Amino acid sequence: MSAAGLAVQVRGARKRFGEREVLSGLDLDIGATEFVVMLGKSGSGKSTLLRALCALEPLDAGEARVPPRRSVVFQEPRLVESLRVRDNLLLGLPRTRAQLAAAEAALDEVELGGRSDAWPGTLSGGEAQRVALARALLRHPQLLLLDEPFAALDALTRIRMHALVARLCERHRTAVLLVTHDVDEAILLADRAVVLKEGQLGASFDVSLPRPRARGVPGFAALRRSLLAELGVVEQVGGSA
Amino acid sequence: MSATQRAEVASAGSPQLRAAEPVPVTAADGLLSLSPGAAQRESALRELATRAITPLVLLAAWSVGSATGWISPQTLAAPRAVWQAFVQLLGSGVLWDNLSISLQRALLGLVLGASTGLVLGLVTGLSRTGDRLLDPTLQMLRTIPFLAVAPLLVLWFGIDEQQKLLMIALAAGFPFYLNTHGGVRSTDRKLLEAARVFGASRRETIAAIILPAALPQLLVGLRQSLGISLIALIVAEQTNSPRGIGFLMMSAQQFFQVEILLVCVALYGLWGLLADVLVRTLERVLMPWKRAAARGRA
Repeated sequence: MSAAGLAVQVRGARKRFGEREVLSGLDLDIGATEFVVMLGKSGSGKSTLLRALCALEPLDAGEARVPPRRSVVFQEPRLVESLRVRDNLLLGLPRTRAQLAAAEAALDEVELGGRSDAWPGTLSGGEAQRVALARALLRHPQLLLLDEPFAALDALTRIRMHALVARLCERHRTAVLLVTHDVDEAILLADRAVVLKEGQLGASFDVSLPRPRARGVPGFAALRRSLLAELGVVEQVGGSA
Repeated sequence: MSATQRAEVASAGSPQLRAAEPVPVTAADGLLSLSPGAAQRESALRELATRAITPLVLLAAWSVGSATGWISPQTLAAPRAVWQAFVQLLGSGVLWDNLSISLQRALLGLVLGASTGLVLGLVTGLSRTGDRLLDPTLQMLRTIPFLAVAPLLVLWFGIDEQQKLLMIALAAGFPFYLNTHGGVRSTDRKLLEAARVFGASRRETIAAIILPAALPQLLVGLRQSLGISLIALIVAEQTNSPRGIGFLMMSAQQFFQVEILLVCVALYGLWGLLADVLVRTLERVLMPWKRAAARGRA
């Protein structure tokens, strides 16, 4: 059952933690260069699915088919503090001359050129997360898994990171699964936004807004309302009228 | 709260200002100024001087007490006499003779104990089977105070060097084992996951992630081992030893040479101090990333 042009094919994925079933027969396809954003409330199982796709968490039942080259950016940068930035990038890779050059190029891509000798402890949160992104892209992944990679960043850094990730994913032409609970983030980045509800895939929204995207563009607000409604949230802040 | 009271609170902690001498506060708008004043910029020299007061007073009291006969020389020899004993022991070579053998025992014992502790800690920390095989037994054995087995060691190995080395090694080995085990075990699981995802081999994971992460704990182990090996050394040398600082103390005790006893006590103190300096230096040299992070963003 080889499906041409697919990077991920999940069928009937089940996972249970004690009494709670977080994935109950989930199906998901991701195209070879598709950017899919998965939304869900905390504890909805989105991280569990992502961890299953990078073989950190075995499924109880069902099947997940993934490409051999996968990379992850986690919510925290997960850099080794005792390794310089360059050596963090090269973790698990052969230290050939070509790889060293590729590491420098990857740092250039995330706008951290010349910082390869820095210790991770001297980086800001945004810089560290960019190193993590460079480490993921250096492996030329066929599937890039992003587990709420912007959640711990401040709002201004997050805006810059969105632009950077959108640009890099377009250039690398890789399949991406981004897991988040930020609806705006989903609309800014996704080709397709899906909502995870009660352990299964709920509604799926094709996001056909032209790139590059910004929050104010026509169609943004309507899509935002639909996604929030799907997540069971009605936005209404303050005011007495 | 009146303006005067407020001024007193604001100047608290400043040694230059007496409470009876209120500072004018521009509190017309009811706001208190928090800009750094001269009071907060206490000089380093002044701090050092303050720290030195207590030891200097104690030393002076000791000198005066000895000079006036308040303190009997059989109880506590005068500072001058202690210094003279030190110079004389040093000049005659007696001090170095005994100190060198003590140093040698302590270092050999420490190396023996610490390396055994290190290897066992790595085995139990890195391998689940190793942990099940060895850790429960070692945890049980560590509850036995090493002093309790001293008579047994004498019975088994006699009173020569072997017994002394084993005693020191035994004392130094357990803290090193416990800290190695703990340090290896407490590696951040999230980092190990990342290493797995990025295809790092077991060997690379151990060398690049686990061991460096365990290093601070290993140095804590070294600090404890150094401290306890000194205690083991003292005990080992005070029972049937023909040479060593402990021997020097035992013979000084027999001849009521209080000043020599005090020289030896001071030497042990100095030893502890040097051990501390050693560990601090190692911390700085072995973990450059900690210093870089502390200095802030480069």
